[in-house]
Amino acid sequence: MAVTASTKNMALAKAINESLRRALEADPKVLIMGEDVGKLGGVFRVTDGLQKDFGESRVIDTPLAESGIVGTAIGLALRGYRPVVEIQFDGFVFPAYDQIVTQLAKMHARSLGKVKLPVVVRIPYGGGIGAVEHHSESPEALFAHVAGLKIVSPSNASDAYWMMQQAIQSDDPVIFFEPKRRYWDKAEVNTEAIPGPLHKAQVVREGTDLTLVAYGPMVKLCQEVAAAAAEEGKNLEVLDLRSVSPLDFDSIQTSVEKTRRLVVVHEAPVFFGSGAEIAARITERCFYHLEAPVLRVGGYHAPYPPARLEEEYLPGLDRVLDAVDRALAY
Amino acid sequence: MTVESTAAHKPRRSAGSKAGASGTERTRTTARKSAEPELVQLLTPEGKRVKNAKNAEYAKYVSGVTPEDLRGLYRDMVLTRRFDAEATALQRQGELGLWASLLGQEAAQIGSGRATREDDYVFPTYREHGVAWCRGVDPTNLLGMFRGVNNGGWDPNSNNFHLYTIVIGSQTLHATGYAMGVAKDGADSAVIAYFGDGASSQGDVAESFTFSAVYNAPVVFFCQNNQWAISEPTEKQTRVPLYQRAQGYGFPGVRVDGNDVLACLAVTRWALERARNGEGPTLVEAYTYRMGAHTTSDDPTKYRADEEREAWEAKDPILRLRRHLEASNHTDEGFFAELEAESEALGRRVREAVRAMPDPDHFAIFENVYADGHALVDEERAQFAAYQASFATESESGFAAGTGGN
Repeated sequence: MAVTASTKNMALAKAINESLRRALEADPKVLIMGEDVGKLGGVFRVTDGLQKDFGESRVIDTPLAESGIVGTAIGLALRGYRPVVEIQFDGFVFPAYDQIVTQLAKMHARSLGKVKLPVVVRIPYGGGIGAVEHHSESPEALFAHVAGLKIVSPSNASDAYWMMQQAIQSDDPVIFFEPKRRYWDKAEVNTEAIPGPLHKAQVVREGTDLTLVAYGPMVKLCQEVAAAAAEEGKNLEVLDLRSVSPLDFDSIQTSVEKTRRLVVVHEAPVFFGSGAEIAARITERCFYHLEAPVLRVGGYHAPYPPARLEEEYLPGLDRVLDAVDRALAY
Repeated sequence: MTVESTAAHKPRRSAGSKAGASGTERTRTTARKSAEPELVQLLTPEGKRVKNAKNAEYAKYVSGVTPEDLRGLYRDMVLTRRFDAEATALQRQGELGLWASLLGQEAAQIGSGRATREDDYVFPTYREHGVAWCRGVDPTNLLGMFRGVNNGGWDPNSNNFHLYTIVIGSQTLHATGYAMGVAKDGADSAVIAYFGDGASSQGDVAESFTFSAVYNAPVVFFCQNNQWAISEPTEKQTRVPLYQRAQGYGFPGVRVDGNDVLACLAVTRWALERARNGEGPTLVEAYTYRMGAHTTSDDPTKYRADEEREAWEAKDPILRLRRHLEASNHTDEGFFAELEAESEALGRRVREAVRAMPDPDHFAIFENVYADGHALVDEERAQFAAYQASFATESESGFAAGTGGN
């Protein structure tokens, strides 16, 4: 991307911060809510400085009660506000799961379209930072199973900036999964570029031999895998899904019809994960194009392990390359 | 009375001391009665107006109530009960899948509902048929979800009456958030959240108390303690009278006679005024009784004694106000006769409306799942349409007529 006056190099966390700032400036109905989001700026500093500039009534430190955060955000949305709430860590979202699944997701349908709930739930997710228990999980599939929610996850600073803008503008509730291990990764962000559709996947590396599909923190890994495979003469395509619900099956289909092989990579457990849904649907859509079964690389059916074991649990370069080799061997 | 004035409260009997036998049940009921703290009452069960220093703080909120107002409250309660009875009958006739009767709770709902202002916002449970009546929601609209044709058939913003909430206690947080928004807007509206004794055990209710107190939200928590959460008595939910919970959160709690419509009106007006004045949340515990089953699927004979119900029948909210109206010469036979005719007309209208309620279009499954659409919903709708259309094709080619296939 060419560096212009509106292009800045910034970390992914800073990009979200800038995007939230822009939303707060543009619309007085936008609110930020969460634990420690005010003075502290959040435990990852994603909301750094926002309370200072927009005040305590718009950047709200909440009591430590996740169901209360989402439940009151629903009430504020009913009143016409557009709350952006932060769940401090992935593993802390479950006290709010009832409000998200039972109330937030269903209100538009049960009101026959009379009530819209433009709530964004930000969740820093995933592992790889050596954290303690409940700080490294990837629960996106648990939300993708629920109609009424939209699930997105940016992989880079530019997408983080624009996808947050689009999530806040959405009249549907959006669960915004932030790849916490990539918070400090920098990229060029053009704050005037017109972004593509929120739920459209992007080819981040073109290839011909096999398609790697990923989102959030695994996109960078897949790009590294593709680079390593290229040294061995294998030409991999990498598709950044960006959105888990809705999921852009058309883009996967287009890629797989070209490459004929598909490996899906995510940190979440493979069992009943988003890779399973992708495998099933792509098998239906591309049955006669596929040269190999769709393979998946992800977490195991075990609780997220202690930090000293997480490298074994998480998909890494070698595990993904192994899956690539297996797919290419058919 | 308010939290500050209840030092005389004695602890409840432990739940373990009662068994299922009806004799033991009677003992428990008696014990409960003697141990209960005082409540705000303006009309005795015999219909006599209570005037004393303790009630004066609340009584002033109904000092302007005219005989016509009293007749209006009576009418509201009679019509609500008639509607409720019709809905129960419609369930028995198979026209509704389920009904949650409010029988016995008319005073709590009409008194509190009539205390609200047009710009106030109400967050109900699934039993607030009387409050819906006060808000001007057409009663037939309440029946769609119980008939199974929708999950909420009214626009919440038309009457500032939110959709019924079935998961217990969730709506108290929505009410709190809405009230936080009211405060941010600088409006002087208030919000009222309904819930029951069972819901008082839910974490969401506790969190709504915390949030509303911390943000000084203009919300009234109106708990109808109808003594039973399906089969579980209030002793299974709490060791202290529910209104006393407010004290720990730093706002006032009041117990009101939930079968006294005038007291419910007064106390709710007081609490709503506190909210409007920026004094924050209030917990009102309307002490009442669920005269019927939890829903039409419930069988209360399995867990409670007839004697308990009989004791509460003597405190019936409608009978109480009728006694008062008659003793005060505020009514004549014509009033009651006209109301009877109006009740029958309402029953007939509800009956006809329910029977005429069409099943929704099949494609309603896919409607309004999202506000901005969703590719998968579109894809599945198209698949469903193609599947439905395949029957038309088969019919045209004779399959559905049984001339081919199996």
